[in-house]
Amino acid sequence: MTPDLSVTLGTLTLPNPLIAASGCFGYGLEYEHVVDLASLGGVVSKGLFMKERQGHPPPRIVETPAGMINAIGLQGIGVHRFVKEKLPLLRAAGARTFVNVCGTTLDEYVEVSKVLSQADGIAAIELNISCPNIKEGGIQFGCSLNGTYDVVSAVKKATHLPVIPKLTPNVTDVASFARAAEDAGADAVSLVNTFLAMAIDVETRRPKISNVMGGLSGPAIRPIAVRMVWECYQLVKIPIIGMGGIGDARDALEFMIAGAAAVQIGTQNFIDPFVWSKVLDGLAEYLTRHNLSKLSDVIGTFDPTPPKAVHA
Amino acid sequence: MPPVDVDATVIANARLSSDYSVLSLAAPEVGKRTQPGQFVMVKPAGVTDPLLRRPFSVFEVLRTDNGDVTGVSILNKRAGRSTRKLYELEPGDVVSCLGPLGVPFRPVLAPMEAWMVAGGVGLAPFATLAQALAAARTPATLFYGARTAAELFYLDFFESLGATLVLTTEDGGRGIRGRVTHPLETALQNVGPDGAMIYACGPEPMLEAVAKLARRYNQPSQVSVERVMGCGLGGCYSCVIAVKHGDEHANLVRSCITGPVFDGAELVWES
Repeated sequence: MTPDLSVTLGTLTLPNPLIAASGCFGYGLEYEHVVDLASLGGVVSKGLFMKERQGHPPPRIVETPAGMINAIGLQGIGVHRFVKEKLPLLRAAGARTFVNVCGTTLDEYVEVSKVLSQADGIAAIELNISCPNIKEGGIQFGCSLNGTYDVVSAVKKATHLPVIPKLTPNVTDVASFARAAEDAGADAVSLVNTFLAMAIDVETRRPKISNVMGGLSGPAIRPIAVRMVWECYQLVKIPIIGMGGIGDARDALEFMIAGAAAVQIGTQNFIDPFVWSKVLDGLAEYLTRHNLSKLSDVIGTFDPTPPKAVHA
Repeated sequence: MPPVDVDATVIANARLSSDYSVLSLAAPEVGKRTQPGQFVMVKPAGVTDPLLRRPFSVFEVLRTDNGDVTGVSILNKRAGRSTRKLYELEPGDVVSCLGPLGVPFRPVLAPMEAWMVAGGVGLAPFATLAQALAAARTPATLFYGARTAAELFYLDFFESLGATLVLTTEDGGRGIRGRVTHPLETALQNVGPDGAMIYACGPEPMLEAVAKLARRYNQPSQVSVERVMGCGLGGCYSCVIAVKHGDEHANLVRSCITGPVFDGAELVWES
């Protein structure tokens, strides 16, 4: 029997839980020649504002132990060019397209979402209220419970599309932000965005990236992200999309067992653009080995019973 | 053709000096697809340190005596953690090798001449280009600058392809003392009526100087840049460089997919 890897996110059904994370997969089309976009659960676009943005000057990334810090600065083509130039091609490729929506003001989030609502072929809006790398907007909503509530409510009123705020881990209690998003009508939440971080060149005593600070991603953050997904799962009923350093099926399962209904892969796609089929094979193998017919049966099955103190 | 990802066994790691090595990889599918100027993304396989791959121009496409492609080599210079680890690899070790990637050089045909300008490890993309130029019978010159005579490599290889060599060293130990741009400018002052296509790869200040010289003497140039790169496929937007077409304002474009080879006249330098 072929294992059933499908998952549901509210009204959306995905053939599998693997979604390409925003900012780690271009507009998706860059990867069309190495991966069948229709074979993914979904693709999240780069963050989009109303207008084009140039982003920060290079260098924009630096590698750190088991991770990387980035401050790209949301370079992007703007929502109108995305709808005109990219969306038709994503639709033709069979991609389930999630659009990452940015704003410098609450009104801009609403305006971008309205433009997307009139376009064909968008699965959901991921609200970027968590980018650590720009001065205005984004994180100022994501770091305030009222701000999170207000932006989610306003966007929900402006669109029929599912709204999925992407939460920042740079707060004391991420679960309370998931709750604020749920109270405001969010259809799901995704977490985590990157951890605010910096790296210094000790020879020059200068920063390693031009923006000085940036967001840490990769395997280094995975245990913290898993903990945050588990905290949110205990507090909210809406589906959670988990992410943070997922590189293989075991990592994806860790998030799903902690409560994630789907997962995103970001940094690992840079390291291995062929990661997708490997993770899918690993998930199917796990189901077979555990005699399970449906992957969705593992969601939230974490058992907090302490492990044995000795090796089995 | 789409790139392939190969767990490539190290065939040889020839140390040319205390800093430079030529790392030969069993990756025939990469080699068969490679055009001069393209690059591969490489890291030791199965480790998180380094986590990300690093970009390297393909140095040689490796072949058996019968001409069958067996792999590629890269010219590695120890500069940081990742390149130190690559320098230390031994035959039998395995690296992840994704490629070929990026826009290749556009070859030129006689009577135009081809002038390759290499600084240090920037020699890398010119071995395959020199072979392509020799096959097309395009007259070729290699302007090659290094710190010392001991860091001028593969001179016999380029001579055997019929390329004229113009060498410079910073200490004057071989060739002309000083920067490689000095003999280049002298040559530009005497360029023939059919002109020369100037190909350049090396440190960015050298690339800027070469591109500006080419412009000043009304010769076209193709410049291979290297920026800090995350993925090599256009996903991460790390490796951007400013490009300006005509009167348009400058745009930051991804050097992995729009480059790494650019028209030197279109690059906007930050200095």
